[in-house]
Amino acid sequence: MHPAIRVVLLTLIGLFFLFPIVWVFLMSFQTNETILRIPPSLVFEPTLQNYTALISGRLETGAGVLELAFMQNLWNSFVLSFCSVALSLLLGVPAAYAFARFKFFGSEDIAFTLLSFRFAPALLVLLPLNLYFQDIGLNDTYIGLIWVYQLITLPLILWIVRGYFEDISPDIENAYRVDGHSWFSTFMKISIPLALPGIAAAALLSFIFAWNNFVFALILASADKQPVTVGALAFVTASGIQYGQIAAAVVLSILPTLALALYAQRYLVEGLSLGAVKG
Amino acid sequence: MATLTLDRVSKIYGHGGKDALKAVNDVNMAIDDGEIIGLLGSSGCGKTSTLRMIAGFEGVTEGDVKIGDRVVNRLSPAQRNVAMAFEGYALYPPLTIRDNIAFGFSRDRLKKAEVDARVKRIADLLEINDILERYPPTISGGQQQRASLARALVRNADLYLLDEPMGQLEPRLRAILRARIKEWIIERRLTTIIVTHDQTEALALCDRIAVMEAGVLLQLATPHELKDRPANLFVASFIGEPPMNVFKARVERDGGVARLIAGDEAGHDAFGIELPLSGAGHALGNRHEVHLGIRPHLVAIGGGGALRGQVVSNQWLGDQSHIGIDLGGATLIAVTDGALDVPAGSEAPLTLPLESIHLFDAESGVALMHGLEPAAPGVRAAA
Repeated sequence: MHPAIRVVLLTLIGLFFLFPIVWVFLMSFQTNETILRIPPSLVFEPTLQNYTALISGRLETGAGVLELAFMQNLWNSFVLSFCSVALSLLLGVPAAYAFARFKFFGSEDIAFTLLSFRFAPALLVLLPLNLYFQDIGLNDTYIGLIWVYQLITLPLILWIVRGYFEDISPDIENAYRVDGHSWFSTFMKISIPLALPGIAAAALLSFIFAWNNFVFALILASADKQPVTVGALAFVTASGIQYGQIAAAVVLSILPTLALALYAQRYLVEGLSLGAVKG
Repeated sequence: MATLTLDRVSKIYGHGGKDALKAVNDVNMAIDDGEIIGLLGSSGCGKTSTLRMIAGFEGVTEGDVKIGDRVVNRLSPAQRNVAMAFEGYALYPPLTIRDNIAFGFSRDRLKKAEVDARVKRIADLLEINDILERYPPTISGGQQQRASLARALVRNADLYLLDEPMGQLEPRLRAILRARIKEWIIERRLTTIIVTHDQTEALALCDRIAVMEAGVLLQLATPHELKDRPANLFVASFIGEPPMNVFKARVERDGGVARLIAGDEAGHDAFGIELPLSGAGHALGNRHEVHLGIRPHLVAIGGGGALRGQVVSNQWLGDQSHIGIDLGGATLIAVTDGALDVPAGSEAPLTLPLESIHLFDAESGVALMHGLEPAAPGVRAAA
């Protein structure tokens, strides 16, 4: 294909996918008035007022001053996503190894059941779960939320990492074992390092899924445990929708996952090609 | 170094249901200290399963595996002190070839100079000096195989298990390394088991060879014995290149003589030879059918041959001739050391020397006679 055509096509695709994000980015530096004027214009006087409102936690609207818990929400998002992924890795990686290496009675059924958590409509599970959580005091706690977040992160990590373990020749582990090492040290020193790109990819994906989750926290958490996805609802105020703040909130909440994705990109590429493992 | 004993060892895959597969069936082996044993057989015959049970990667379903005086059935691979070279190389991708080789004795806490010296010695032997600083994915299959072999041979273990150790090497290098590896093993009196499907390799390297088929150990014997006194028809036709000529034959008794009438593939009479019953009677028993076998190298062409055949092909292979001969409808392959001037279509006299023929039971394939001697020593004593 002619290089010029390629450049044009790639630019078009880039614009198509990046346009909403660019638009939101621009909105975050505008006031509600400039955002809502008709016709919309790319020329405006940038303002940091949206960001200062979010960071200071005070939103001044026509109807008065509104307290915002946005920074708390951002922190909640981080705690919930990070802890959920960490717990899922702790449980899911050894489980994935077991499913990949050992054929035990019912292993396929158990693996499939774990995957099937992803089939169930979340609301159907959440309403009864909410009642139970209220009874046992897990309602509106980090622990309760992290537990429920396992429905998102655990199956993902389990199934992705299992594939990576299956791609590692068992004989590499066997070679390490005949060299005089225990099963556990083989798992830690050989299997995990070789599957690390895959584990990183799975962890990143499940972090993003957890970060973007909305409905679990909407039902099970109150304001001080809510992540940004739910917290953004606060911008729908009595005096109208605060588009500027929503845009700034979106930008701020994209940043951590974006940074993580950029950092882990090389693992992702390595993980998806997996050239190092196949002899 | 140590002895290895397999005592009625079986491996059954599956849970004993109807899909259970008996991969290794009641195998007995007693291997001496410092002996080199070949496990030979076609794919799926159970040789690799046997090796993996010895190494400890597979559980033993029945029987005992003993290294020295220790029953190792329940020991982990780490506790058995065996070294193994894997068919799939199984090198550690993040380590250089040097570190891969040195890894095997990382637990021995040797000085760095000693480690380097050992690695250099084995790398010289296997000609992998120039790739010691490379990583496994960047070198060829043959080089990876040599690295994997080096990693196993360099260790101090009781037992060395080599699974198809030279399958990926080019023939010339294979021949050179075979000799060097044999010298290395003998010098150090390493008890070694080599799994291979290449009988040239097994014959060249091993003190004794175990021929396996369908999970059963058919014969464990020296290369000479396997050639001269195969225990059954399978071993007879498996060992030797080109394979043994085998014909179905009818037994007719006539006074002091047993006449064996060999048939062609359709079952029509092709040719006959006579055996003195005095020697053959006990081994033959009252059988009416046997399998008659003779090694291609031992068919004598020319002279006052008792049989006359028609030459159908004559291939000169540079050091020997393979001659295809039609004997009354049955095809026989003869091998001669020199070139022989018998063009296709010509008539050739030939002899099947009685001391070179083998007789096998028609149904079980068990050897009855080798030459004029009964196959089972006990039978001869009775005679």
